[in-house]
Amino acid sequence: MENWQDQKSYIKTFTEDECAISTQDLSVFYGGTVQKLFNVSLGFKKNTITALIGASGSGKSTFLRSLNRMNDRVARVDGSIMFHSLDVNQSKINVYELRKAIGMVFQKPNPFPKSIRENITYALKANGHRNKKKLDQIVEESLKAAALWDEVKDKLDQSALALSGGQQQRLCIARAIALKPEILLLDEPASALDPVSTAKLEDTLKQLRKKYTMVMVTHNMQQASRISEYTAFFHLGHALEYDTTTNIFTNPQGEITEKYIQGSFG
Amino acid sequence: MNAKKTNRIAAGVIYFLVGIVILLLIGIIGNILITGVPHLSWHFLSSESSSFKAGGGIRDQLFNSLYLLLLTLLISLPIALGAAIYLAEYAPDNWFTQLIRTTIEILSSLPSIVVGLFGYLLFVVQFGLGFSILAGALALTFFNLPTLTSNIEEAIKGVPQTQREAGWALGLSNWKTIRGIVLPAALPGIITGVILSAGRVFGEAAALIYTAGQSGSTVDYSNWNIFSPTSFLNIMRPAETLAVHIWKVNTEGIIPDVNVVSAGTSALLVIVVIIFNFGARALGNWIYKRLTAAKIK
Repeated sequence: MENWQDQKSYIKTFTEDECAISTQDLSVFYGGTVQKLFNVSLGFKKNTITALIGASGSGKSTFLRSLNRMNDRVARVDGSIMFHSLDVNQSKINVYELRKAIGMVFQKPNPFPKSIRENITYALKANGHRNKKKLDQIVEESLKAAALWDEVKDKLDQSALALSGGQQQRLCIARAIALKPEILLLDEPASALDPVSTAKLEDTLKQLRKKYTMVMVTHNMQQASRISEYTAFFHLGHALEYDTTTNIFTNPQGEITEKYIQGSFG
Repeated sequence: MNAKKTNRIAAGVIYFLVGIVILLLIGIIGNILITGVPHLSWHFLSSESSSFKAGGGIRDQLFNSLYLLLLTLLISLPIALGAAIYLAEYAPDNWFTQLIRTTIEILSSLPSIVVGLFGYLLFVVQFGLGFSILAGALALTFFNLPTLTSNIEEAIKGVPQTQREAGWALGLSNWKTIRGIVLPAALPGIITGVILSAGRVFGEAAALIYTAGQSGSTVDYSNWNIFSPTSFLNIMRPAETLAVHIWKVNTEGIIPDVNVVSAGTSALLVIVVIIFNFGARALGNWIYKRLTAAKIK
């Protein structure tokens, strides 16, 4: 595989005000010594969808999972993550509060084996929301935002596991946005879905752009070009190129980026 | 030899071996049931055992078995649950955790007569509990803990990691994720594990001979005063269980109908254990369905 040194990195930068979240020299080590991510500095513009692309093992998922500190228990993360002018990559930060502000949707739909309603209200109740009316309202709002309301409004008390894979994934999005986060991290959210469900999910994500900043790992380059404004290309743990999606796909600066886009490796 | 032929021979050998296992099982259980069930009657189940005349029943032994089981589970379940949660969710992967696991494995293969003698020395003699239900329940806890802990640990580990991640990503603490998401999802497996280990405890004899004792004292089922020596609920009275009763009538018994009593008791014991096993599966399935399948309101 191409050596990362062969390509100079081309990283688009934003001012701090434009960014919802940004990283400075983020490095991730597994088992103390194995480095998976090397000094990645990326900023994500508010109310946009940014796609993270790259071959398997390029570190894009590792990077994504560092943003809401999901790597805490498995890896050491060096560098800073700036969120509201605060470095949230410090041990004194309350990660539970942080994760409410930075929601996450996973590769495989993972609804809880509870009813559709409870999937959304469980975390809210655990945070002390008790008002039934308010909870019902949040359930409805979140499901509407995730474009699932019309399909499930008559069966809110049925098990979430009875839903189709695509519906489950949108429920997971509804569950995340019920906590009113500012940022949504999506880890290959459509990779387990069929084309029709994928199209629906993408429509949902486009709608959500108005309210949330989204960072999405994807293996599907058509998907990246369809719904994202910006794209970052990862290679062997380095962020090699970051620009508007149009530029990345039509006019990549680096040779490795171009090869990856054309499908020569990955 | 071609692949098709080897395959057929291998399959034949495997079927033959499986057949031996099934035959043995059917033979033993069938024999016990056929010889024992005809002796099971309401009179047999509801009357006191006799020490020298024919026609005694097993009322007290049946109650003692169930009561001992209940007490054992009351003591061992919280401990096993805590240990299993620690091992499955918190324990780091190091030499200490490995040591705990090895200890549990060794403990689970400890011969029950050794557990019994240990219980005799520690609970009966050292703690001065005497031959009592409490001493028996403590010995059975020793006997039961390892299996129960690993059963529950397996059930908890069977919950997909993605469920935990879903909880963490919603800002739930590790404990809230375990309590509200992992444990409910593992519940069917936990219940199955508890009931299966209950079957083992129910049929245990050797660990009880020197702890719960053999002689059935006079038991009064209308005496609800737990501190009264004759109360059926008194945990300090000696208590003979079904399995111990079988052993006793066959070794020291002088009753003339020893064959009838031991056949009937054996059948009852086997039937209860079979009920436990099927019950475990049915209950586990039922709870899993309640948790997952459509609930219509």
